Parts: sequence; C-alpha cells; structure tokens
Amino acid sequence: MALTKDLSYSEAAVLAVQREMEADARVVVLGEDVGRGGIFGQYKGLQQTFGAERVIDTPISEAAIMGAGVGMALAGLRPVVEMRVVDFALCGMDELVNQAAKNRFMFGGQGRVPLVARMPGGIWDASAAQHSQSLEAWFAHLPGVVVVSPSTPQDNYSLLRAALQCGDPVVYIEHKTLWGLRGEVDEDMAVPLGKARRVREGNAITIVSWSKQVQACTAACDALAAEGIAADLIDLRTLWLWDRETVLASCARTQRLLVVHEAVQVAGFGAEIAATAAEATGCRVARLGAPRIPVGYAPVLEAQSRVGAEAVATAAKKLLG
Amino acid sequence: MDSSNSSATPRIIGEALYRTMVRIRAFENAAEAASQGGVSAYGQQAAGSAKVRGPLHLSTGQEAVPAGVCAHLRVSDYLTSTHRGHGHTLAKGADLVRMMCELFGKATGFNGGKGGSMHIADFSVGMLGANGVVAAGLPIAVGAAHAQKVLKKNGDITVCFFGDGAINRGPFLEALNWARVYELPVLFVCEDNRWSATTASGPMTAGEGASARAASMDIAATQVDGNDVFAVHETAARLVHEVRDGGGPRLLHALTYRVKGHVSVDLAAYRDPAELAAAVETDPIARARGHLLSHGATAAALDAIENAARDEVDTALAIADAAPWPDATAAFTDVQTIGAGQWH
Ligand SMILES: Cc1ncc(C[n+]2csc(CCOP(=O)(O)OP(=O)(O)O)c2C)c(N)n1
Repeated sequence: MALTKDLSYSEAAVLAVQREMEADARVVVLGEDVGRGGIFGQYKGLQQTFGAERVIDTPISEAAIMGAGVGMALAGLRPVVEMRVVDFALCGMDELVNQAAKNRFMFGGQGRVPLVARMPGGIWDASAAQHSQSLEAWFAHLPGVVVVSPSTPQDNYSLLRAALQCGDPVVYIEHKTLWGLRGEVDEDMAVPLGKARRVREGNAITIVSWSKQVQACTAACDALAAEGIAADLIDLRTLWLWDRETVLASCARTQRLLVVHEAVQVAGFGAEIAATAAEATGCRVARLGAPRIPVGYAPVLEAQSRVGAEAVATAAKKLLG
Repeated sequence: MDSSNSSATPRIIGEALYRTMVRIRAFENAAEAASQGGVSAYGQQAAGSAKVRGPLHLSTGQEAVPAGVCAHLRVSDYLTSTHRGHGHTLAKGADLVRMMCELFGKATGFNGGKGGSMHIADFSVGMLGANGVVAAGLPIAVGAAHAQKVLKKNGDITVCFFGDGAINRGPFLEALNWARVYELPVLFVCEDNRWSATTASGPMTAGEGASARAASMDIAATQVDGNDVFAVHETAARLVHEVRDGGGPRLLHALTYRVKGHVSVDLAAYRDPAELAAAVETDPIARARGHLLSHGATAAALDAIENAARDEVDTALAIADAAPWPDATAAFTDVQTIGAGQWH
C-alpha cells in the first residue's frame, strides 16, 4: 500500500534525501548551514538523524563545496552539494562546468561524478538583481549534466530521489518561493528523469513550462478553458534530457506551441524547445519569458520581470489568432 | 570597561563618533520596524503592507567599526561594503533620507529603487556599494585601489569592509595577495561578528582568522575591540595614515558581535541566549556614552544627539513614504547602452 502524505515542497525534499541516505550509505550532504536544516528547511533534521559526518557543514566557500563534491564523487560518495541559491552557484561555476561536467568524458570514462548540485532559482520576492535569477539555460547548454526543475512536492520528492540515483552530475533547481507549497506525496511514486507531466489536456494549443511558471500557465489554461480553448499544458520537469516525445506529439496534434519560462527570454531554454518543435513538426511557435533586464527591487520594477497568467493567455490567443 | 586608549580622543571627536553610531542605530531600528512582516528571504513571505521589503541585514551592535574607521576618510576615498552595509554607507557620508527612500524602493532612493537595502550605495561620496555576494567586495576594492595608484590619486585610499565568514572564500585570499604584490592603498576591515548566517564562524575557520591570514601574506594586521569606538578610531587613524602614506595594504580585524539575527526576520534561535546577553553588555553605544559622560560630556548634550537622530529618521521615514515609486519604464534603463531591455 503506497504511503501518501501531505507535505510541503521543502518537506518532500527532506524526505527524498532521507530515503536515499537510508538506502545508500554513500549519500552525503555538504553546504553552508545544512546542519541547521538549510535556509529553507530543505535539510531539516537530517544532521540529527545521520550525524555531522554525513550532513557536513562547510565554510562559505562555494568553489570548494562544488570542487569537493566532485572529489567526493570520484572517490566513491554520492554528494548532495548545496549552493543556497543559483546566484551563488556562479561562485562554483568553474568546478561545475570544467570539472564536474567534463570529468567522465575527458578522462575516457574512468571517473564518474554522481553529485546533485541543488541551487534554488527564480525570482525571490523583493530580493533584487543578485538573488532572483533563472539561469537554467546556462546549465542545459553544458554537455555532461542533467538539469531538473520540479514544480510540485511530489515531483520534488520523486525527482530528487531519481537525481541521486542517476550517476551523473545533476543541476537540481528548486524554486526559491515554492518551499511552502503543499501537496500529496506518494512515497512509492517514481518519476523518471526526462519524463514530462501533462497538467491539462487539450487540442487547441500546446503550452510547455517548468518550475513555478507551471502555476501561471495552469491559471492561464483555466482562463482559456472558460473561453472554450482547451490547451495541452506540459510541465517539463527535466530540462536535460527534456521530453521531446511528449512535447512533439502534442505539437503535432495542436500545431501551436507556446513555451513559457521565468528566465529572460533572450537565449533562454524556450528557444531550444521552440526551434526543435518547429523543425520537427512545422508547428507555429512562440516564446514568453522575461525581458532582458536584471530583476529590480521595487515592486513595480520586479513586476516587469514577471510573466503572469494573463500574459500567458494573451500570448496563447495571439498564437491561435 | 573602556579601552585605556580612549582618553586620547578629544571630546568633540568623541561626540561626533557617538553621533555617527546613534544615527546608524536609529536608521536601522526604523528600517526594521518598517519591514515588519515584510521580509521575503529565508522562507518568509513579503507582506504587501511592509514599507521595507526584502532581506534587511542589520548591523546593530557593530556601529563602532564603521564610525571609527570612516571618521578618517575623505569623500575621494573609496569604500566597498557587504550585504550589511547601512552603517558603512551612513558613516561614509551618504544622505540618510535618500538611503531610507532606497529601502522603501522609491524613485528618489540612491539606486532609484532598483537595489534596496542589500545594494545600498552612494557613489557621490565614494561608497561603491553594498553587495549580495559574500566576499565580492574584496577584489572590487583592490581594483579601485589599483586605479587610484594608476591614476596617481596619491593620498587617496580604498577601505573594504567584509565579514569573518567572507575570509573563507577565495576572493579574500586573492584580493589580499594582489594588494600586497602591487602595494595598493587599501585598508581591509574585517568585521568579526562571530556568525555567518546561522553558522558560527569559529568552527568553520581554520587558524586565527583574518589577521593571521593577512600576516601570512606579509600584510600588517591589527586586532581591535570593535565595540570600543575610541579604540577603533585610534587604531584606524594609524592604519589609514600608513596606507595614505604609501605603506601598502593593511588589515584591521575588529572583534564585534551581531546582536540581531542574520536578516531582520531571523530570531537567531540557534544561538545561545547567554552569548547574546554577554555581548549586549558591551554595546558600543552604551559604552561610548558612559565614557563620554566620565570625560566631561553632559547627558543633555548626548540626549540632544540622540533626539536629533530620531527626528532625522522620522523625517526620512515620512519623506520616503511620500516619495514616488519608480516609473515602470525605469526597469529598462541603465541596463546597458545597446539593445537594453529588448526581447522581441
Ligand atoms: C557567495 C555567497 N555565498 C553565500 C551567501 C549567503 N550569505 C549571505 S550573508 C552570509 C553570511 C556572511 O557571513 P559574514 O561574512 O561573517 O558576514 P555577516 O553576515 O556576519 O556580517 C551568507 C552565507 C552569499 N550571499 N554569497
């Protein structure tokens, strides 16, 4: 009998790490403030349960945390590497890009780097330009890494477990403002990496999104449905390897694709999906993301970077019209 | 209770230092009140009603360090700061009203509402910005000091504030090395408040910390009681003088304490209350007041300084509240010259 619980997005993450740590003694956690449960409670209680040798507090040293994660992985551990927010992961970028992502290939398959680098992304309310970035396209661009961005507690539980079992470096991007989101979590439900989730079904238009923007898209789909437009909404869940099969099958049916993301639209991952769909199916494509501006502090400025449900519905109708 | 050095500080300077500290405290107390229920960072939701939104890192209890150091600086000297930068900015001479406007996110703030507390800056007085990335200010300070050298701004210096947690990031070591290699006019000031977010810094730091690391690179370092504004003032006087004189980089290691949580909503439940209680005993403002009173200042004069600071802050709150929001189009300005804000 599957055990189902009502959990928050952060509690679901704790449970996922806990289950993996129970199942595999090689799983360790390292990062700033993780011993106290992490700044979002996403490691709450783990140090009490597993001890300070497996939930390792570190200095403020992102480069060393990421680099040490690579070394630990090469030497037989399965580290969860905490970067706090995606913005600070940039301080460990060389260690991720030139070391973690390259190791397996560059050394002819001798080494493997099974680490999960957690780096919460997205706009963090009133936190301005250095704490609100959506950088997933940077990582999707890197051969050698898996990129995951869950939008629900269930997915955060199941995908984090899948990430820890995957054996290659995973860039795991939780959303900075989804931590309190609650939902049912079935502990036995496996969600494979690379498989999208259909959130709404319809034949008029395909909408593809991920992470928190799935919420705006869901609201937009409800508004469109009220006008008699049935959209097919796909939550990508994994950006690399993204679920081409599901997306392209939907595009072939609807002949219309709208990709929506919180990241800056220019050179965003939406461009990759739109181009792939247009090449493969000849469907009409559109993208919707933030303007190419840093995220501002004042509410009115921050709002300029936000893509809301209304904008999604408008873009969908434009594509249909 | 006070440093034996302090009698060397003339009363008039003592009262000026007191005024700086009191203004910082009043500013931050008001900002904290205006942020109630509004901080979004570290798991909290921003309430629409809060006037100051976003993470607010308070320097309560640390006021003696910027007061004592910046008293020796000129407008043409540069300053880089941390995420906890209100005190540095005020002490360097920034306008308090425009600072409050920035915390409110208003168009009249120093950053036009784009930055908020964590990025407070006033370039017009050489304050090159608070920073959201730990240790990011260190190499920037080195660059500014290097420019002062290249541009032959002889006698001008750069001061760089950073926390005890920041010394464990590479940029700290890289900046110190560079500063020494090029004998740059930079004063590094470590505000050692014993905490790094929710983690005590001591157990995460090998060796003796900032001063020992500076010494290993042949940079003269001095430790000081960072809660004794007179001691900070006197030690900084010497170091600033040596740096101005072309003596190369110096480091001031100020031992102080972070009285509040990491951000204003953080109640610091992870901390031993006894540690806080002991630290509050050495509050720099109360100590300075006691010292000044025993050296000829009158209670009335010091009360007047405090009342003036409170009035100034009240006025700033009213002005910030009434100030206009930035225009939405400002989100697209100052991005870059070519193609700013274009996306389709
Ligand atoms: C590169 C980087 N890593 C982590 C953080 C998150 N963070 C913000 S402040 C802080 C603690 C900094 O401690 P310290 O340098 O001692 O300064 P203090 O907060 O004590 O003034 C941390 C970990 C950050 N802003 N930047």
